[in-house]
Amino acid sequence: MKTLAELFLAFARIGGLTFGGGYAMLPMLQREVVENKHWATEAELMDYYAVGQCVPGVIAVNTAVFVGSKVKGLAGAVAASLGVIFPSLAIIIAIAAFIQSFSELEFVQNAFAGIRVAVCVLIFSAVAKLYKKAIVDKFTFILFAAVFALSVFTKISPILFVIIAAVLGIIVHVFFLKGGKAK
Amino acid sequence: MIYLQLFWEFLKTGLFTVGGGLASLPFLYDISDKTGWYTHAQLADMIAISESTPGPIGINMATYVGFTTAGIPGAVLASLGFIIPSIVIVSIVSRFLKKFNENKFVKGAFYGLRAVSVALICSALVSVVKISLINIPLFGETGAIFDLISIPGIILAGVCWFILKKWNPHPVFILGGSAVVGILLGFVGLI
Repeated sequence: MKTLAELFLAFARIGGLTFGGGYAMLPMLQREVVENKHWATEAELMDYYAVGQCVPGVIAVNTAVFVGSKVKGLAGAVAASLGVIFPSLAIIIAIAAFIQSFSELEFVQNAFAGIRVAVCVLIFSAVAKLYKKAIVDKFTFILFAAVFALSVFTKISPILFVIIAAVLGIIVHVFFLKGGKAK
Repeated sequence: MIYLQLFWEFLKTGLFTVGGGLASLPFLYDISDKTGWYTHAQLADMIAISESTPGPIGINMATYVGFTTAGIPGAVLASLGFIIPSIVIVSIVSRFLKKFNENKFVKGAFYGLRAVSVALICSALVSVVKISLINIPLFGETGAIFDLISIPGIILAGVCWFILKKWNPHPVFILGGSAVVGILLGFVGLI
């Protein structure tokens, strides 16, 4: 029980003190998980992190589940992942309730009109970085272009694209590139 | 039963979101189109808040959408729904971690998934651009090209991009600065 509480608290600290998740979380994870609590080694943490990006879900939660389940099985996984989401729940609910009651004011609407422009720029900058890592050859480019066009101009569910991409990726990678010669 | 529906939608989103928090955006737009629980404009505002508060963006978005749709129980249910697939899948994967990472089928799947993840985030970007930088309904009425593109918006975007590339500040400063510019532009009736 004590370990579960420790897992919850450690991951609540990690969740509450990192902005943006993903890579920004790594230094905090190293301090809490490796140096303070000795729940995993540096190398294990890097493995968790790498695989955490390759399975569905948010990287922060995936890493929490890896560490939690290593320390205390399924209960540990649940405690750690609840810890990660706890600060988000508390902070977002407070802010959302606050904004809801002011959203009618004109200057708040103007502020958000400006903010939305900045959101475009931030997403564009994130996408530009991801693009370089993901679009590595003709096949990935065609897949990218086709899915982009279809998802802008049709109402096909993104779930379908994800399933088709995984299947096509396996077929091309395993049978045409012979297990990943081309990268 | 909105709670159950919300939980189910986020369970699906958690299961099919690959490649971090932003990759959940296309699913959130899809939910908005299907259910009408929130608008695209609201979603863009939620992205801004989620980027400028602590915590993983994906979780912040799930909480925010849940709260907007069905209050505090909605926030809790959406976030739980979102993380349950992670807990199940990662618990299983952690038993054969090394093999998983080197498996050629897993590598192949992610070779395709990464490309689609970028494409889907791009299409989410188009949705945000539609409500911030261009005004299609007004253009449809007047047919004037100046009504299609928001000139102050384009200039602001250019300035944000320049600052981001030159100094790489935390997103919260870009968002905060743009909020101030938005308020000032509102004063002179430009936005």
